[in-house]
Amino acid sequence: MTEAGAGNPEAAAPPSTGGAGSGDGPEREAGWTGAVRDRLTSRLSIDELLPTRQPSYVGSWVYVFGVVTIAALVWVVVSGVVLALMGSAWWHTSSLGHFFNSIHFWSVQMFFIFMVLHFWGQYWGAGWRDGRAKTWMVGVVIFLFSIVTAFTGYLVQQNFDSQWIAVNAKDAVNSTGLGGFFNVLNFGQMYGLHVMLLPIGVTLLVVIHVLQVRSRGVVRPIGDPYVPDAAQGSASGGPVR
Amino acid sequence: MNQPAPYVHWGFILISLPNLVLIVVMLALFVAALIAPFPHRAAHHRADDDD
Amino acid sequence: MRVRRAPIDKAAYYRGIPMVPYDLVKEFAIAMVAMLVVVLVLSAVLSSPDVPSATIQAWAKSDPVDFVTTAATELAGQSTTAQYGPPYNDGSGSIQSLGPIVPQQWAGVHVAVNAPLDFVLEPLSQATVGDQTLASALSTFDAASPAQQQKWLGAYIQALGSATLTNEQVTVASGDYGPVPTLMSRLLGLARTGGLDALLLTSDHFYQTDYSKPLLFLGDGGYFVGLAQDQDLTGTQWGMMNETGRYPGQAWLWLYTLWYQIPPFNTASNADLLVVLAMTVLSLALLLIPFIPGLRDIPRWIPIHRLIWRNHYQR
Repeated sequence: MTEAGAGNPEAAAPPSTGGAGSGDGPEREAGWTGAVRDRLTSRLSIDELLPTRQPSYVGSWVYVFGVVTIAALVWVVVSGVVLALMGSAWWHTSSLGHFFNSIHFWSVQMFFIFMVLHFWGQYWGAGWRDGRAKTWMVGVVIFLFSIVTAFTGYLVQQNFDSQWIAVNAKDAVNSTGLGGFFNVLNFGQMYGLHVMLLPIGVTLLVVIHVLQVRSRGVVRPIGDPYVPDAAQGSASGGPVR
Repeated sequence: MNQPAPYVHWGFILISLPNLVLIVVMLALFVAALIAPFPHRAAHHRADDDD
Repeated sequence: MRVRRAPIDKAAYYRGIPMVPYDLVKEFAIAMVAMLVVVLVLSAVLSSPDVPSATIQAWAKSDPVDFVTTAATELAGQSTTAQYGPPYNDGSGSIQSLGPIVPQQWAGVHVAVNAPLDFVLEPLSQATVGDQTLASALSTFDAASPAQQQKWLGAYIQALGSATLTNEQVTVASGDYGPVPTLMSRLLGLARTGGLDALLLTSDHFYQTDYSKPLLFLGDGGYFVGLAQDQDLTGTQWGMMNETGRYPGQAWLWLYTLWYQIPPFNTASNADLLVVLAMTVLSLALLLIPFIPGLRDIPRWIPIHRLIWRNHYQR
């Protein structure tokens, strides 16, 4: 059975959504539920999500930067959860608290280090080819979102660094007209953004990003492009351009 | 670690040593990833083979 | 008939490529453990920075002349905050524009701060109970015309340039300052008890998490900037990237802070707006690289990929 079994119009189940619009698949379900299910399962069957094989060109250490970035993010969140559980003042008065703050601090440094390394790898490999432009774009949004998340994190440290950053950053934010709505001097606002709203956003985007990668597979090396086979290409639709 | 950091001044660039070290480590990691050999498994299947 | 997008056929895409076993879950597990070990070691060995926050109380105690000078400037409506403009007030001292584009102005006032009132007169009016001298100084000041108030304040601020500290009190050469010296010495006393930190924060409601007022007041003084200079955090020192102590900072802000160091940004009064706009454009370009000819072709021209996929190309 091929890895992309669900995309093969010859597969008996699940219902196929293959074909270039020439006709309905044999068992297309009516209704919204069926449509959502069909769309998800055609691209994200469990085989797609957890394949046990990869193309042999995924044989470079450059490929580990993405998963290492996610590993760092996990520890950022775990340590962040502990800090939030114990309250924003805890780490200033407890040595265990300070240790968890250190974990949070260094996980964030690791997160940015490996995210940028992952970026470099994807850029020099032109990872956006063959229909993967959206994957690249979601990645850039994650990067920008992460910078904002880290920024709010620095603002809620409740120490001198956060005071200084707040007083200086306010001018840049104010110049854009956003100062009244995103008040870096307002600890409560920055804290709510940092511990809840922004991490939810980053996590959601990372999930989307990973699903994008899994559903499309790993881009072919530059200079060895996908060449549609005329006989098979039209029946299966081929890869998304 | 709470002492003031040393700085590197190069033209108009003024960077703290910790930041410089971090960036150098990143570059080294990237180069290492490019050239270090990756453990290879024998290719068992081609993509269009059936199991 | 709606044309359905064809699903991605990996079998076709990978045609001609050998498939090798690859354990994603194990890779993730190893990454998690390795990252945890690295982070725990760094945390145990290097810890993390935590320079305690500055307070108005500490300011009043360690640099009373700077405190009083700042307070008098606030009362005169001449501080940076007092003249700032939106989002704090209707001033114009810190409004940044790019030609006709003035988003700061368009957004309006949403974090209302009236410096003379909020930083000086309101806190002092809370402290008049049992202090008849303060109460009458306040009413003298309130009753005076704005021109008279400015005369007193202007003279006092000038005299502060050569102020001395006598018995913990800020002393200036004699002159016509009206009730201003009394107001200032009472404010200094209030600040030294920590009362001003509290009053600026709570402003007559109990629960508060908005530090706008104490931070703006702190930011107007020389004491606060001095603390930052000691930590190498100021802008001309590429401060945005830096952290207190010997810790790495926010290295990812390198390009953002770089602009502030070079012309024309380094002398522009609207530098913040210019830099934000420049970075917005560059971020958009980064986002759209797949669609930008040239930028998207550089990986082809500079073949670092030949290292990434060297085994594949050898096949």
